[in-house]
Amino acid sequence: MSSSVSSPDKPRTVTGKVFALSDRAIAWLFISPTILLLLAINIFPLVWTIYLSFTNYRANQPGRAIRWVGTRNYERLLGNEDIWGYLQATAHFVLWTMLLQVVIGFGLALLINRNFKGASFWTTVILIPMMLSPAVVGVFWTYIYQPQTGIFSYIVNFFADVGPLDMIGSVDLAPWSIIIVDTWMWTPYIMLLCLAGLRSIPDYLYEAAEIDRANAWQKFFYITLPRVMPFLMLAVLFRGIENFKMFDMVVELTSGGPGSTTEVASINLKREAFEKWRTGYSSAFAIILFVTVFGLSNIYVKALNKVKQ
Amino acid sequence: MSDSAKKSRSLLARIFRRGPWENTATIMIAAGIFMLMQPFSLWLFGWSFAMILTGTLGFVIVSHFPE
Repeated sequence: MSSSVSSPDKPRTVTGKVFALSDRAIAWLFISPTILLLLAINIFPLVWTIYLSFTNYRANQPGRAIRWVGTRNYERLLGNEDIWGYLQATAHFVLWTMLLQVVIGFGLALLINRNFKGASFWTTVILIPMMLSPAVVGVFWTYIYQPQTGIFSYIVNFFADVGPLDMIGSVDLAPWSIIIVDTWMWTPYIMLLCLAGLRSIPDYLYEAAEIDRANAWQKFFYITLPRVMPFLMLAVLFRGIENFKMFDMVVELTSGGPGSTTEVASINLKREAFEKWRTGYSSAFAIILFVTVFGLSNIYVKALNKVKQ
Repeated sequence: MSDSAKKSRSLLARIFRRGPWENTATIMIAAGIFMLMQPFSLWLFGWSFAMILTGTLGFVIVSHFPE
């Protein structure tokens, strides 16, 4: 009951007495800065970007009259073979990183969950890459990938004599150089979430399976995997969306090159917006990416709810 | 309430159930994302955003339908 209704039986709360406001008003008072901030830094820019995507606005020419161009920006984007190529590069990057990270991360979580001697030490060591800044990771992997002096080329040549390996400069290898770095950096995140899932499985389920003479594979497919699945889905959702928007690490490693081999959607978006200053066009591109991510997260949330049931 | 009004209401309730509509919207989003990133046809790429947008808006609407 609201404290604004004065009653001799129910004394008003202390805050109500101090401010002479109802509980609901105080709640609004506390929540309003957050709502205002959300409106200012989330909702308004989104609405403004949607508006700009239908105009020919250029941010480097603020005095120029803004002309409404309807859906022309969207038509240009969705008929452009280059944009199609950048989205394919993004898909290649997202699919391979997710596949590798899930397989390796889940495998590592199963290993760490065995609680061997020094497991907590190795968990900490494995988690280190995740804590580094993507810009730092990009810079030092550039050194690691150096064809003449980098350790990556040395290790590969130790096992297979292929000569200096130019991971960043080669058209064929550059996409894989980014996939390797992202996998190295973010597999621990998947591992951590899978580990949380594995630790939440009660032992009696495995004991019951032992009594029923279930073999290791049956225990994995009927107990471990279904129980870990919600955690895994959550990890894939977060990493999938992050990788779809990947920008900083790619800029540090390859800057989209060689040519436009590793030019993922977000890099092209930045070029259109802040190098070519086609603000309306790039706003339309941003909205396409936003709607895609939003749609993708709807699917994941639905799948997650299903798995939880 | 008359019998015909009850009938039409139950018919509407049967048609506008969340489950099948949500599945349709999900399939549209998934198909749209595939169309956006597939390497086979520029025509499919051109219609991908319309597909994703319809699916996403549809999902937001049908998620408010009763179970």
